[in-house]
Amino acid sequence: MVRLLSAWRRDLVCRDAVALITDYLEGSLSARQRARLERHLAACDGCDEYLRQMRMTIDVLGRVEPEDLEPEAREELVELFLRYRAEAEVEAEAAAEAEDGDGDGEGDGNT
Amino acid sequence: MAKLPSCTTAVLLPSRPLRLPPTLGVVAGEDEDELIERLRAGDEQAFVELVDRYHASMLRVASGFVPNRAVAEEVVQDTWLGVLRGIGRFEGRSSLKTWMFRILVNRARTTGGREPRTVQLDTGDGGSVDRFTAEGTWLEPPTAWSDEVEDRLAAPAIAARIRDMVEQLPDAQRQVVTLRDVEGLSSSDVCGMLGITEGNQRVLLHRARTRVRAMLADDLGKRAK
Repeated sequence: MVRLLSAWRRDLVCRDAVALITDYLEGSLSARQRARLERHLAACDGCDEYLRQMRMTIDVLGRVEPEDLEPEAREELVELFLRYRAEAEVEAEAAAEAEDGDGDGEGDGNT
Repeated sequence: MAKLPSCTTAVLLPSRPLRLPPTLGVVAGEDEDELIERLRAGDEQAFVELVDRYHASMLRVASGFVPNRAVAEEVVQDTWLGVLRGIGRFEGRSSLKTWMFRILVNRARTTGGREPRTVQLDTGDGGSVDRFTAEGTWLEPPTAWSDEVEDRLAAPAIAARIRDMVEQLPDAQRQVVTLRDVEGLSSSDVCGMLGITEGNQRVLLHRARTRVRAMLADDLGKRAK
């Protein structure tokens, strides 16, 4: 028991600090855990640099632009859109007619 | 014509513990509302704008779930149809991007079919085992990234390399890091899409980031010489 308690009190070692970095950046550490980690980071250049590099890694990941869209792909999608729109119009007309007919159409357009 | 729920953004928000990532909430805004209205009205140009904005991103997300590029393209096309069909019912409870990506991930997951990699040596968080002494201190602390390295990280040329690195990750890690760090979606949105817990997501994210950092360090270290 005494030993457990002292293990808890003991400062973090680098391996533990590194394992906690994502939890730290995600804001999911308890206040006490965070304080413990920050104490370690303040005293350990290696871990501090590691944290810095993790931050830069995340930053770089967020700046990766997707590949450019090929013109053919765009054209294909525009065709898809036009087809969809034409069908939707036909459906809407049919629905309107049905409603005119008996007022009980399925003109919900939600399917 | 079709009766649309007039925008009910504010009314529907409260019950969700919504943690918006810094970028999304702001970018979404008015410009997005306008785009949605135009799309509902059947405006072709609005559709093209949306395609230009998101199609390539959707492709790279889909690619993390399905076996090849051709299938990814099918999934994304199918998603566009889903977007067109559903936009009338979109209530603005999330950003348009999140809503679209939810449709996308749904479809990508049901399509699935990625071959389980035969050799999946999952060394936990990417080799931490031998980075430390028995006492848990660094065997060799990370070498500081010099200004030159930082410049290289900031250059557009790095993009292709990073894409490559992400593709090398095991599927689950790749999916999480792509949605979170590359696309900037929030943790709760991504957990919902993938059907995983926050804790599980953090583990996957941690492993993915750890590996990418290690690959970057390797890469940059070598070339810095």
